[in-house]
Amino acid sequence: MDVLLLSRIQFAANISFHILFPTITIALGWLLFYFKVRFDLSKHPVWMRAYRFWVKVFALTFALGVVSGITMSFQFGTNWPGFMESIGNIAGPLLAYEILTAFFLEATMLGIMLFGFNRVPPWAHTLAIFLVAFGTTMSAFWILVLNSWMQTPAGFEMRDGIAYATDWLAIVFNPSFPYRLSHTLLSSALTVCFLVAGISAYRIYRGDNKKAPNLTLKTALFTAAILAPSQAYVGDLHGLNTLEHQPAKIAAMEGVWQTEKGAPLVLFGLPDQTTQTNKYAIEIPNLASLILTHDPQGEIKGLNEFTGVHPPVAPVFFSFRVMVGMGFLMITVAWWTSLSLARGQSLSRFQLRVLMAMTFSGWLATLAGWYVTEIGRQPYLVHGVLKTADAVTTIAGENVALTLAAYLCIYVVLLVAYIKTLFGLARKAVDVEEYDLTPPGISASQNRHSQRKPLGETL
Amino acid sequence: MIDFTHDQLALIFAGLTALSILLYAILDGYDLGVGICLPLDNEAWRDTSIASIGPFWDANETWLVLAVGLLLVAFPKAHSAILNALYLPATTLLIALILRGVAFDFRAKVNPEYKMRWDITFKVGSILAAFSQGFMLGIYVMGLEYTVLSSLFAVFSGICVTAAYALIGNTWLVLKTSGQLQRHAIIRCKQAGTLCFSGILAVCLVNPLVNANALAVWTQGPFAYLYAAIPFTCFTMFVLGYMVLKRLPLENDLGAGLPFLMTSLIFITCFIGLALSFYPYAVPNKLTIYQAASAKPSLEIIFYGALVVVPIIAAYTCVAYYAFRGKADELKYY
Ligand code: HDD
Ligand code: HEM
Ligand code: HEM
Repeated sequence: MDVLLLSRIQFAANISFHILFPTITIALGWLLFYFKVRFDLSKHPVWMRAYRFWVKVFALTFALGVVSGITMSFQFGTNWPGFMESIGNIAGPLLAYEILTAFFLEATMLGIMLFGFNRVPPWAHTLAIFLVAFGTTMSAFWILVLNSWMQTPAGFEMRDGIAYATDWLAIVFNPSFPYRLSHTLLSSALTVCFLVAGISAYRIYRGDNKKAPNLTLKTALFTAAILAPSQAYVGDLHGLNTLEHQPAKIAAMEGVWQTEKGAPLVLFGLPDQTTQTNKYAIEIPNLASLILTHDPQGEIKGLNEFTGVHPPVAPVFFSFRVMVGMGFLMITVAWWTSLSLARGQSLSRFQLRVLMAMTFSGWLATLAGWYVTEIGRQPYLVHGVLKTADAVTTIAGENVALTLAAYLCIYVVLLVAYIKTLFGLARKAVDVEEYDLTPPGISASQNRHSQRKPLGETL
Repeated sequence: MIDFTHDQLALIFAGLTALSILLYAILDGYDLGVGICLPLDNEAWRDTSIASIGPFWDANETWLVLAVGLLLVAFPKAHSAILNALYLPATTLLIALILRGVAFDFRAKVNPEYKMRWDITFKVGSILAAFSQGFMLGIYVMGLEYTVLSSLFAVFSGICVTAAYALIGNTWLVLKTSGQLQRHAIIRCKQAGTLCFSGILAVCLVNPLVNANALAVWTQGPFAYLYAAIPFTCFTMFVLGYMVLKRLPLENDLGAGLPFLMTSLIFITCFIGLALSFYPYAVPNKLTIYQAASAKPSLEIIFYGALVVVPIIAAYTCVAYYAFRGKADELKYY
């Protein structure tokens, strides 16, 4: 069996499963911090209720993120030994700093955040939430440094096929890093906005008239209304940066087979590798050149200039359209619903249903975005430096097939369980009356000994 | 700044990697142990047991990430040689860790009728994780080769490591719980301790037989006498531990922490013993830490970073343990 292909599928499966959870925890951590600070300032119980519902989702998501991440750190050595042998001098310190500055912080503070409400002073609890959110963001920072460096390597020299660092500042702030960091953090925020909006809409749809779901719905949609357009803008800048450093990727994204001046924007089509054309293409003349070069007659390099070293076109082309399509859908929905809310109306049942349908739209866009980025980098693992095929393991293909099958089974089960549990939690929140009307912080400390709930229920 | 030689850095990083493996074994050891012995017939006990590890398990598992990470960044050749040989058991470990990590959270959030299912997943995942770690250790001790003999030994080693984790897990429960559950844990400690003790004895006998390097370390040279203190301490702890367990629980919960401390000491001595047997090899009898270490500048940049960050990690870890001092029965979750 082809160990290269299997290892690639396994890596893609593992990282795709992993990213689903970080993309939620990164922004949800900050949202929870916001809820908690609002509660600390106003002592209004609705903020605490919002916090209490979403912290459950956070805990579950975080657990899935951690355990799927541990798999990732084994993968480099087992399936891609050539990766560390060739660029270990650069990847090593970055991974080490991620563990030291981010993983320990978030993992330790998580305990205080989840279980420490009655054990530490209120300010320390809020601080712990801040540190968890900060930790997840730091973790994104370091791993994206590494990933961006793999896309646009800088600050190093090659000696005998091994990379040696020459300038750490140039490595960390490599050309695509600022774009990738902002685009990824925004995608995390948008994913959370639509998740929160979707679940809150579900609660309201099922007749939950309490204040908390309406509040979280509003917070999420107003935030999305601002961030979704920003994301399109950042994405555009990101694309320009990619055009400069990885023109083959852009050619694949846009489906430009031959170098041309005044290239059209292909809205849809079926890229065909054998005929080197797009079948059934629907195009807008000159728009691609206008977007990418800011000149309707600008020249865009086609795939013909990168024979042998360009990525497979179809997956990049389609993923890009899924991401951008989702992006514009998000803008539309966020503005449409926000305008209703801003006028003081409550959302119609149709609007609620649209939001429910879009609960996991962020996941779709995020995965599509990563596929553009990562498949678009093929056949390289480190752009222009190391080919994917040269880094692969010597493990028997059968073993990889076996582990891949095991991972896939587990991932399917866990995804189903995760989604079911999210909606289950929402239903429970609909049925249960408001927890208690006094601010829980106060009641909990006063009644700590008299009114101890059985642990199974509170945990 | 001190100018280290490449070999000094290799030694420092081998030490750091060893330290994080040891910390992992003790810390995740106790939470795996709690999972291994999860009483399926008593829901209240299950809730309390799990509450006792709730705030800590995630940080505990991070030591595994650090250990594997250090191996990866400081000894990339050893990382791929070891993990390639251990590919299937390592994947089993990962899947087991995934299952137990999420079961822990799902159990508290799903409808009551599904809770038991996740509790079983948690228990099975914990057992499987412990067993595959022991299995990996066994194969490593046998020189990373799969023969009938080495596989048998690895299975045995898997059972012993499971017992060792069960031991430390129950000593943790002795420390963190009270009443009936605490008494139950004391009984379990004695059972697991017996199994663990025989396992350690067996490894002590087998290791010098299969591993010439180990034989030399323990029998030759001026240090052999000094090294004898290590097994001596280890076995003394077993004897003392047994005596303590027979008297517990005491008035005012006196001495409830002793079994945990003693078991940690057993873990430490066993670990030092093993490490000494293999030094200077990273891959037994094939690759030394000096040959496997990566380039000096990269190691330095991690080293100086670690000098700053590790004390901070130690500090906030202490804060977390301080915040959750005392018995676990009172944990409340927001
Ligand atoms: C953009 C963000 C992002 C990306 C691209 C990745 N991760 Fe991740 N990872 C996180 C963001 C994150 C996080 C937010 O920090 C997590 C997720 C949930 C969590 O608990 O921490 C995490 C957890 C996490 C853990 C467990 C940490 C712990 O014990 O607390 C490990 C070992 C990794 N990751 C490793 C990786 C590797 C090797 C990756 C690349 C191949 C990777 N992650 C991609
Ligand atoms: C988090 C979101 C990410 C997703 C969804 C993702 C997705 C993918 C996919 C789909 C591939 C397969 C491409 C192909 O083989 O055609 C791939 C390859 C790869 N990615 Fe990523 N990636 C992500 C982040 C990262 C990061 C942060 C790193 C490293 C720091 C990384 C390192 C790699 C490596 C080493 C490969 C090579 C294996 C391969 O080509 O299959 N990825 N990734
Ligand atoms: C609406 C217009 C959008 C544009 C023009 C856009 C543009 C881009 C481009 C050009 C890339 C590839 C960069 C490269 O690999 O060189 C990319 C990647 C990515 N996109 Fe988008 N994007 C948009 C919307 C979104 C949305 C809504 C999300 C998620 C919610 C998203 C998530 C991602 C992610 C996670 C990546 C991979 C990480 C990265 O390379 O930054 N994008 N995007």
